[in-house]
Amino acid sequence: MSELIRKTASELGSLIASGEVSAVEVTQAHLDRIAAVDDRVHAFLHVGAESALAQAAAVDARRAAGEELGPLAGVPIAHKDVFTTTDMPTTAGSKILEGWRPPYDATVTRRLREAGLVILGKTNLDEFAMGSSTENSAYGPTHNPWDLTRIPGGSSGGASASVAAYEAPLSTGTDTGGSIRQPAAVTGIVGMKPTYGGSSRYGLIAFASSLDTPGPFARNVLDAALLHEAFSGHDPMDSTSIDQPVPSVVEAARQADVAGLTVGVVKEFGGDGYQPGVLARFQEAVELLESLGAKVVEVSCPSFTYALPAYYLIAPSECSSNLARFDAMRYGLRVGDDGTRSAEEVMALTRAAGFGPEVKRRIMLGTYALSSGYYDAYYGSAQKVRTLISRDFEAAFQHVDVLISPTTPTTAFPIGERADDPMAMYLADLCTIPSNLAGNAALSVPCGLADEDGLPVGLQIMAPVLGDDRCYRVGAAVERAFEARWGGPLLSKAPAL
Amino acid sequence: MSAITREEVAHLARLSRLALADEELDHFAAQLDQIVGAVARVAEVATADIPPSSHALPLTNVFRPDVVAPSLTPEQALSGAPAVEDDRFRVPRILGEEA
Repeated sequence: MSELIRKTASELGSLIASGEVSAVEVTQAHLDRIAAVDDRVHAFLHVGAESALAQAAAVDARRAAGEELGPLAGVPIAHKDVFTTTDMPTTAGSKILEGWRPPYDATVTRRLREAGLVILGKTNLDEFAMGSSTENSAYGPTHNPWDLTRIPGGSSGGASASVAAYEAPLSTGTDTGGSIRQPAAVTGIVGMKPTYGGSSRYGLIAFASSLDTPGPFARNVLDAALLHEAFSGHDPMDSTSIDQPVPSVVEAARQADVAGLTVGVVKEFGGDGYQPGVLARFQEAVELLESLGAKVVEVSCPSFTYALPAYYLIAPSECSSNLARFDAMRYGLRVGDDGTRSAEEVMALTRAAGFGPEVKRRIMLGTYALSSGYYDAYYGSAQKVRTLISRDFEAAFQHVDVLISPTTPTTAFPIGERADDPMAMYLADLCTIPSNLAGNAALSVPCGLADEDGLPVGLQIMAPVLGDDRCYRVGAAVERAFEARWGGPLLSKAPAL
Repeated sequence: MSAITREEVAHLARLSRLALADEELDHFAAQLDQIVGAVARVAEVATADIPPSSHALPLTNVFRPDVVAPSLTPEQALSGAPAVEDDRFRVPRILGEEA
């Protein structure tokens, strides 16, 4: 196996920049890895070997011509199949978009290309990013590289698995209720949900527009910051894009110290329902932060216990409206158009055939929550809880620089265990949802393996809106200290594939 | 008592333009009832004095200058269409026929 696939993105960027290796060699090494392991991992829905090699050759040619390129030029990346790409199919993990070729690139896609990143292919996800396990993909589940019988998290499970399986050093994801942080936590890698509006939604197939946030996956904090910086920033094509400079996340990841910072432990996230091994590793992370010079205090955020029910009203409500666009008229699947049926009948037949069970559940749940007579009790109340959660964050950040919690209540669960039990599945996002509702930045970094199953545990670091740099600063400090203790990255303990 | 009946799910499916099979209606009715029962908790703290938030961050509407900018060609716009005729989307009949 090529040693190139074990390198970090920043190392690969430097090797390519100095001419020690070519972008084509690096790309080929990752394509070989995909060919060797992806039949077992199933991280990819589409691999674009030819186009990837062509993109890599173009980077090598520009370098040879003396062009000054960015730090990630020539570095391969796996792209979540919910971003539009003109040169590859875009399915959102759904049968309703099988084989669809979008006529335009998402802003995130365009910025990856501009940074010289080489897009290897499109990664698997829960259909329309609705789920926590990738079992809701219409194209079959992705498998966790630590234990192939377990879920890699979701919805960005192909993204997390591709990076954890060394098929790509970087990947893109989207986080609506935890869909970057939870997969990162259960596969032992780094995943960041930027501040809402910090990364563009243009060309991101919409699930819940007030929550959807693109973000990076990587095997270390610095790489995540480099990717964050590469695709973030204001986009006039997204009306909720923040017109302010991107926080200096790369500098923060290099700073990597917590001296003088106050860290708040969220009191509400722990106890019943949390796996003992998760709580034990979290407690170690708390003690580690203290030993590094942070002041650690307990903080109560009482409304966070209502975040999960509020989310499962707000997200389905927005989804029921957003997914109305899949109407069998302009693009995607059309079923039952035999010349006798009306447009409405064709629409209903197409949507019944093209959407999977979780998407149907959420569309109907959202339709219910928005119905006249139920609106105030359900959607209206959920919006008020959203206000309360933002207030809890604001109050906490008066006293602390960052808040921390376990990223997930449990480690990766077995494939199939929660597949037809929606409420059990929804619990995977218990700790991640508050930051989606309040829009603030939140990062997951590895903090060890649970004793009972030997599987990765994630530490969640939450910072205020536009305080993304704080997540990276604290995350990098924790990573450095833990890696010194472990003798290397957590991922080096994963069994060989 | 159930919050959501099978008949109600059938109505939601119609509103959602989902032609569900009978067994799907039974399955979803039980699951939606359980979910709605769990999420109804939000009403416990949602008192009249709390303003609702539709978004996390304050938003103002954003306009671009009203000038012609590059956009999709008809060919690009129609490239994913299930059926095309005369540079247009061809769709099933949209008006009811009188018997």
